[in-house]
Amino acid sequence: MTLLPDDFGDLEQFAEKWCLPSEPERYATRLATSMPELQRFYDATAPRVAAAIDYCDDHPIDQMPDAVVNLMHLIYSFINVSFPVEVWLEPRVPDSGSAYFTCFLEPRP
Amino acid sequence: MSRFPRPFEGTWTEHYPELGTDPVTYDDSISPEFYELERRAIFKRAWLNVGRVEQLAKPGSYFTKEVAVTNASIVVVRDREGEVRAFHNVCRHRGNKLVWNDFPREETEGVARQFVCKYHGWRYGLDGALNHVQQESEFFDLDKSCYGLVPVHCEVWAGFIFVNFAHQPEQSLREFLGPMITALEGYPFGRMTERFAYRTEVHANWKLFVDAFAEFYHAPVLHAKQSRERYAAAGQKLGFEAPYYRIDGPHRLVSTAGVRNWEMGDDAVKRSEVLTRGGLFGPWDKPDLGKMPPGVNPGRCDPWGLDSFQLFPNFVILIWSQGWYLTYHYWPTSYNTHTFDGNVYFLPARTARERIAHEMTAVTFKEFALQDGNTLEATQLSLETRAVDRFHLNDQEVLLRHLHKVVGDWVDEYSFANEGQP
Repeated sequence: MTLLPDDFGDLEQFAEKWCLPSEPERYATRLATSMPELQRFYDATAPRVAAAIDYCDDHPIDQMPDAVVNLMHLIYSFINVSFPVEVWLEPRVPDSGSAYFTCFLEPRP
Repeated sequence: MSRFPRPFEGTWTEHYPELGTDPVTYDDSISPEFYELERRAIFKRAWLNVGRVEQLAKPGSYFTKEVAVTNASIVVVRDREGEVRAFHNVCRHRGNKLVWNDFPREETEGVARQFVCKYHGWRYGLDGALNHVQQESEFFDLDKSCYGLVPVHCEVWAGFIFVNFAHQPEQSLREFLGPMITALEGYPFGRMTERFAYRTEVHANWKLFVDAFAEFYHAPVLHAKQSRERYAAAGQKLGFEAPYYRIDGPHRLVSTAGVRNWEMGDDAVKRSEVLTRGGLFGPWDKPDLGKMPPGVNPGRCDPWGLDSFQLFPNFVILIWSQGWYLTYHYWPTSYNTHTFDGNVYFLPARTARERIAHEMTAVTFKEFALQDGNTLEATQLSLETRAVDRFHLNDQEVLLRHLHKVVGDWVDEYSFANEGQP
């Protein structure tokens, strides 16, 4: 039983950890993950994002099969992780200390 | 040397001579006594935005709002006729909070046919009328028609729900908003229902965060790392200059010329932005919103990035040229703390590709806000040392002068009228 569509079997190893339906879960997972692991996820996902978006785009946004919704969530995690990897070079926003900014409402999927 | 034309006086600040050009103090942001004056002079007199009509989808839809600065809890509801009304969230029997779930201090929302007090079962209609009293015959001379929920003045403009805690507001909402803001009527706020909502507690006076988003002078420095090196270096060398500022009554506007990341070389744009076609400025592929009302980009800036409309006292509507908008609310909870609400609104995504560009935009907004927010606590702490009490503001910070001046004016006017001293 896989979480992602068959075409994205190469990303299945990341699915259990990163196919997360809400921003608070994605952000918390990012903060709790080491930079080497974030980098591995980013490096494996980035070359596949364009194909993943094309794949999701073939499905009506309000009638996506579960595996496609999971792929959407994986892309959202890639977006979240892109900041530590491309910008901050650490999991959290520098100098953000104990600051938080809780997302309590977001569109689905 | 200015990159953009300035008013004939030579600077934006001198265009509004009542603001002066002297160094300023932040005594109004570090004083518990001044905060108590602000509560009475400003927050109990000004129109305050508490949400949008889309939050009240049908008759009976309601939400509660805890307004610490006015020491109020209100329930905002769409009644049977479709009118939006606001009431103090207090049962008329023994004063229990009427609408709440599990935790009395937390806000809630839902759909109801009537409001029933959890304590003794008094029932109120959506129009606030007291419809049922448990064991009514046990009471003495109780005229139910006199004990409806206590109304709060409530008016709607462009789908934004405002309340006013004054006994009798001095101005209607439209008069209060004035021509600069009402010229936004016709912007498709009501169609932009895809919403990301964020909240945080900030350990700083509410005005310091309004200040932070009232100038972009900080952007090339504080947010330098958010840009690729080549762009960040250019930004710091040039600094920031806004093409247009406007002040209208107690409200303010700054427009920016905007940077179109997608028109820059690949080495100036992040890989994730190229992949998702989104970022700080919004989705790269702009939706067609139709004709814009005259109030949008009133300085006719070209190129144009955004308009930040700062509605006195604590509400910001930020309209981006890429066809989306943000709102900010700064809700004071003490002289040195406030709750900050940020909302991101888009036209509902029609495709996965659009939704992903929205996600990139919303995530980028949060990363910036986290940087902005934490700086404020540092500012509050050092202002409170009172080691320094005079601060220079440059011409790109003209709107900060205006906010603090208007706050001072409202407090002085109120103090003079009510306590006989300026």
